[in-house]
Amino acid sequence: MSALLQRRLLVVTGKGGVGKTTVAAALGLVAARAGKRTIVAEVAQRGDVTSVFDREGSRPFEEVQLAPNLFHISIDPQDALEEYLRDQLPSGAVAQVLIRSKIFAMVAAATPGMRELLTVGKLWELAQMNRRTPGADAYDLVVVDAPATGHGVAVLSAPRTFAAAAGGGPVARQGKIIDAMLSDPEQIAVIAVAKAEELAVTETGALRGSLKERMGLPLERVIANMLDPDRFSPREATRLRARADHPAVKRALRGHQRALRQRAQLARLRKLTGQAPARLALHPGGPDLERLADELEEQLS
Amino acid sequence: MTGDIGERLEGKRICIVAGSGGVGKTTASAALALGLAAAGKRVAVVTIDPARRLADALGLDALGNEPRMVDPAVLEPHGIEMRGELWAMMLDPKATFDGLIAKLAPDAATRDDVLGNRIYAQLSNAIAGSQEFSAVAKLYELDRDGDYDAIVLDTPPSRNALDFLDAPDRLTDFFEGRALKLFLVPTGIAARVMGAGTSVVFGILKKLTGVNLLDDVSVLFRAMGGLIDGFRERATAVKALLADPATTFLIVASPEREPVAEAIFFHQKLREARMAFGGLIVNRAVVLDDDERADPDAIRAQLRDELGDALAAKVAQSAQDLQLLAARNAEAIARLTSALDEPDPIVVPRLDGEVQDIDGLLLLYRHLAGTG
Repeated sequence: MSALLQRRLLVVTGKGGVGKTTVAAALGLVAARAGKRTIVAEVAQRGDVTSVFDREGSRPFEEVQLAPNLFHISIDPQDALEEYLRDQLPSGAVAQVLIRSKIFAMVAAATPGMRELLTVGKLWELAQMNRRTPGADAYDLVVVDAPATGHGVAVLSAPRTFAAAAGGGPVARQGKIIDAMLSDPEQIAVIAVAKAEELAVTETGALRGSLKERMGLPLERVIANMLDPDRFSPREATRLRARADHPAVKRALRGHQRALRQRAQLARLRKLTGQAPARLALHPGGPDLERLADELEEQLS
Repeated sequence: MTGDIGERLEGKRICIVAGSGGVGKTTASAALALGLAAAGKRVAVVTIDPARRLADALGLDALGNEPRMVDPAVLEPHGIEMRGELWAMMLDPKATFDGLIAKLAPDAATRDDVLGNRIYAQLSNAIAGSQEFSAVAKLYELDRDGDYDAIVLDTPPSRNALDFLDAPDRLTDFFEGRALKLFLVPTGIAARVMGAGTSVVFGILKKLTGVNLLDDVSVLFRAMGGLIDGFRERATAVKALLADPATTFLIVASPEREPVAEAIFFHQKLREARMAFGGLIVNRAVVLDDDERADPDAIRAQLRDELGDALAAKVAQSAQDLQLLAARNAEAIARLTSALDEPDPIVVPRLDGEVQDIDGLLLLYRHLAGTG
């Protein structure tokens, strides 16, 4: 864990419905507990982590403190663009004109990779020791709740793509600087969340390949989420089968079968990613962040 | 738990299946289409990204952007007597959008100008919501040309349900917008004044990004000009189709926080857009029979002698977990039924094993039809 927490950026990605947002929040909590000033940055546009954390009445693009050492921001490309223009242009008035210009908005939206670049630019800004945002304090760690698997890599590779496509100019220069951070395994780690299910496991394997290919990065850790308890030994299962007429025993046996299928998928996951996944249990009463953070501390140490 | 999906879809020709990612939309769509086809209808199912194994199971490995009939011989060994026809396709959003451009373009040169443009792909993604628009555009084409009794559309894994409902509107807005008109009026005082503003904007953009987009954008927009009427017509037709009395939306959710929130959000948007809500499917719910709700301590006591206390305690623990999960699922379902004003959702229990073959689809359909 400590090696993970030494990084500046932890990027959490995974297929839809695997609990990526919850895991990102729990990772943020782990880091905060370890004394790191941490911000969880959500890239999708709805306030998901905030509803996990219960963040009230604030504008999404603001950095809001949720707990000791723990902050949250929701990154919207439009907000990031406005911030960028205000930062880059000599006069606020010119920036305002551009921000209000429909043509500009349209062209910015149509510029290849611009949205992703703006998003990732803000992530980079959050991870700087000397923040560009006036008066903003530095964070020790930025935990990114990234978009679903496929798009996640597109976001990370945006600065590289952009710098290659653009002839020159400040954005291309900045793109190179950002890319240097995003492709430096000392500073960034990508973490995949998966359920022990066929499709999620397959996607995680594919992610490993595309990360390597497009960013030269390893898939740092894999977290298998929402696992059913694997309770019974083969001997116990045999003893249970003799009492399968009892409804609770019958259900327990079905649960056992489920656990066995998940075990097989975990083996696939291990094989496809070349590492033993960390394992988070399904919480029957609903995900409990503090407990998930406990489990992560134990598993990732 | 009640309610036959077939009955609910009576008189509906188009069924759009919506919900957040990972809730089983694709399998629900496929199962629904299979069931309707078996019952005698000529059905097309349009999916976005089916699990490889599911596509393989249907013999659809080499899927193009046009529907292909699933061979009844593939289904027969599973006890399915196919009285209708099942057609399936996997949507290729880019191919669909490109195809539309090609169809609407007045000539080959215009078509090539647009399709070959450096920022065309980006533009279609960023502004038109290409995937959403492609999905409904395909739906429209299939409905017009395909002679199907029913079309089931699995929606794109869009985080924002609005994208889907809005797609036709946004496309028309875009084409009728001021920005586009600017590029379409190459002469005149207005153009020169506006044009100056435009070049300033592009100038700053170029300075910042180092990308000179002005030429690309101008070429693209001039070429698009010839397509405006066609696009407007198409967007209007698609919108009419979405609001047609024969079109209905099914919302799929799993009983967890995020999918429930998305389902409620989408339902609200449907209502605002005055589109038909055809029903709620709660997928993968843990539902217990009465005899599975026994007190865990009682279970432990009952089984202690035979299994020994340690094993009996484990069984009791697993019953307790399951009861907790079932209670949480029931809460989520209650929240959904009240928010969606749908007292009678179709609840599909969490099945043993993933649905990735024909038997799985059949089982799923039986639950949808209330005979599971």
